[in-house]
Amino acid sequence: MSTIGSTIAGTIRPERPLASGRNGERRPLSLIFLMLLWLSLLIAFGVLVTLVITIIIDGQGQFSWRLFTEFPASDPDRAGARPAILGSAWVIGTTAVMTIPLGVAAAVHLEEFADKKNWFNRMIELNVQNLAAVPSIVYGLLALAFLTMLGVRDKNIVIAGALALSLLILPVIIISTREALRAVPQEIRQGSLALGATQWQTTWRQTLPSAVPGIATGSILALSRALGEAAPLLVLGALVFVSFDPNGLLSGYTTLPIQIFNWTGRPQEGFHQLAAATSVVLLGLLVIMNGLAITIRNRYQKRW
Amino acid sequence: MSKKIGKAAALTATIAAAALLLSACGGQTTPAEGDGLSGAVAADGSSTVAPLAEAAADQFRDVEPGVNVTVATSGTGGGFKAFCAGETDISDASRPIKDEEAAECEANGIEFTEIVIANDGLAVVVNAENDWIEDITVEQLNKIWAPESEGVVTNWNQVDPSFPDVPLALFGPGTDSGTFDYFTGEINGEEGAIRADYSPSEDDNIIVQGVAGEPGGMGFFGLSYVEENADVIKALEVGGVYPTVETVQDGSYTPLGRPLFIYVSNASYTDKPEVKAFVDYFVANAVSIAEAALFVPLTDEQITVATEELATLG
Amino acid sequence: MSTIASTGGPATRPDLPVTASQFLGRRRYGEIAIRLFLRIAAAITVITTVGILIALAIPSIGFFAEVPVFEFLFGTRWAPRFADASFGVVPLVTATAWTTVLALLVAVPLGLGAAIFLAEYARPRARKVLKPILEILAGVPTVVYGYFALQFVQTTVFREWLQLPTGAFSVLAAGVVMGVMIVPTIASISEDAMSAVPQSMRQGSAALGANRMQTTLRVVFPAALSGIVAAIVLGISRAVGETMIVAIAAGNQARIVTNPLEQGQTMTGFIANAALGDSRVGSLEYDTLFAVGLLLFLITLLINFISIRFVRRFREIY
Repeated sequence: MSTIGSTIAGTIRPERPLASGRNGERRPLSLIFLMLLWLSLLIAFGVLVTLVITIIIDGQGQFSWRLFTEFPASDPDRAGARPAILGSAWVIGTTAVMTIPLGVAAAVHLEEFADKKNWFNRMIELNVQNLAAVPSIVYGLLALAFLTMLGVRDKNIVIAGALALSLLILPVIIISTREALRAVPQEIRQGSLALGATQWQTTWRQTLPSAVPGIATGSILALSRALGEAAPLLVLGALVFVSFDPNGLLSGYTTLPIQIFNWTGRPQEGFHQLAAATSVVLLGLLVIMNGLAITIRNRYQKRW
Repeated sequence: MSKKIGKAAALTATIAAAALLLSACGGQTTPAEGDGLSGAVAADGSSTVAPLAEAAADQFRDVEPGVNVTVATSGTGGGFKAFCAGETDISDASRPIKDEEAAECEANGIEFTEIVIANDGLAVVVNAENDWIEDITVEQLNKIWAPESEGVVTNWNQVDPSFPDVPLALFGPGTDSGTFDYFTGEINGEEGAIRADYSPSEDDNIIVQGVAGEPGGMGFFGLSYVEENADVIKALEVGGVYPTVETVQDGSYTPLGRPLFIYVSNASYTDKPEVKAFVDYFVANAVSIAEAALFVPLTDEQITVATEELATLG
Repeated sequence: MSTIASTGGPATRPDLPVTASQFLGRRRYGEIAIRLFLRIAAAITVITTVGILIALAIPSIGFFAEVPVFEFLFGTRWAPRFADASFGVVPLVTATAWTTVLALLVAVPLGLGAAIFLAEYARPRARKVLKPILEILAGVPTVVYGYFALQFVQTTVFREWLQLPTGAFSVLAAGVVMGVMIVPTIASISEDAMSAVPQSMRQGSAALGANRMQTTLRVVFPAALSGIVAAIVLGISRAVGETMIVAIAAGNQARIVTNPLEQGQTMTGFIANAALGDSRVGSLEYDTLFAVGLLLFLITLLINFISIRFVRRFREIY
């Protein structure tokens, strides 16, 4: 840290501006530091780009509309990922319906209504943080045990997969919703209460609407994570050959990650290319979902 | 401002509706021919036999688009457990049913019929750059894979002093696999008896990767994976006989030539017309299906036997 | 309508938590029902944890009836499904430890570097673009990462380009790719923590003549330390619990891993592989699955506990 003398001199002499872009970056150490930071970003992005390029190259033989319209087959030139795409849509849709209302409700309770000093509520908070770190495959085991207890024999059904994934992303939705709620300043709530609204009215009409962009962003990101999950579904026996469209909550299904895993296990090179092509489709879907979340965040996020 | 929540809800609802709509209108497959059957056929079991069942399901869909056939791969042993619990209609198996498994089926009132659906050669493969061995004997195989060799036999030159000093790297199917049972039964004399320090995987492609990645690599799996990966692995002759369609069919590739089975639940066959239709189709087209799935088709003799078995069911 | 002034509600006593008792007089039953629903929703998280514990514990009890706990925790041979079975979990734990450490060696520098850049150096517009791209790294399905690790990293990079003495699988390939996957987790939470440090602190530091690097490293970083540690710990949990990447790229042979270029089977890899087969409910093989799951769950719980205590001790409230 500089001595007082030179700092005073620094404030008088304006050739060392204080707080903008590249101040003080003339010292070699700082430059090296900055370069290291750039390097980290570059490496991370570099890996991403390499990944995308490799799977595009691997899958180039199989990009066609057939991927979207055809069913899996034993001949790679006739196979497509249609049941996987629809299966993913069904499972993610069901998961969203099950978990978002529940997660938002739990977060609202924990953030707005619960007495934060109460030991029970602090335990719930701790609990949610723990659950967010539990490996995804454990949720598959949980769903497996639960369904066995209920006596369900065929666990390879849409609602079972949705159950496992819902429990998986529930903590994430709770945490991100709580962050969104916390970002709403107390003044909003206090103003509403001062005008005579009850606490629920305040939450429903003031706090929640202001937090919706954050909640939407968090939910979409959580769902995109669920979209890419294979491990919990594998435990439930989802690694099957499915040659039909899913047609209900009790229907058999497969999802995109599982189809990819399935195809890479085949001997024929054509299937490996198909798996790569499907990976590109899956990545594309994820980019769209993430893009949607970002747009919502950027467009509607209020800066208080 | 609750209209913001309304907006979000509307957006979610639209997406959900779109997904359902897409699947609904997608699911309307126009029944081309066939009797317009519907329902579900559940097959489970060997991952070796699964491509056959999938090829059958795939072709069958052209005939009966309303029937949903699922093929799972819990392994031959796993498939039998589900089959004897009444959960599946068909069990794919790469080895015959064991006595205790048959007893369990009987205990649960599941009667079944065994049908040989194709042939397979269990290939023993090594790294393509392995130039010191072309032909291996059963005794040598046993020496490499026996339980007693765990931690003891770790190098090729222990198998035969003329071999170079290259460490052994062993890969093979896991314990739920019928391939595993068959190999251990034939080579080590007892099903399930194997050294524990090899790399197991239910995914044969992983076995290919493993063998291809180590100069001293060795593995075993069905013939279909050999042809597809001929550039990185090579199959050994066993007892002087190289595994091909012909040597498997005429029985000269021994002891690692084997039949592949499907076990059909009699009750499912008689009670569910979709199961009957599928199994009939499977057997009637067994040869073309086997060829499509890169397996060794049935000999004419075997076809006769299979058709007769089927007739006893009907 | 307003009962607030009469009872000294939140407007006059902002330090007290707002509770229902302050709204006496106008009981709104719909509201009570709604708040009950909210409470139940929160309770479901507790039910989930209890459910996990029960689901894992019951088969584990069956397991430990057959296999002594000491042998499980300290035995060095893992061969649960073979004729001559052993149930020593040490090999699985060493593989998990290796992949986790390797992942962190990659993720922490890259993640923190990215976070510092985004929080302190990047212009707002650049940040808007770079941050989402970084988050895509987190969104890539782990199956895709797994095959990338196996085919590109292990085969092409390690064996062809670098000619490293390694086989078809290695914990290094799996660990490195896992690290890249975790980078956004660490970066995102660290960046949030650093952004939450008030501008006044940076301005104070700049006013004292520090340049940006000094401000970042000596003022912002320590101030955000609790959040950064929380981020790293979350990264550790994700690394320990990751399944597909290790199942595909780290190998399947349960052995004690001493060298990152070797292959090994992690705890999650074992569960995935065992689940691909089929085990009869109630058999020892089925119970083994859950015993390993229980160990995994307890490890992540422990890591989390440590982190929460750490964070609480060092958290600075502004």
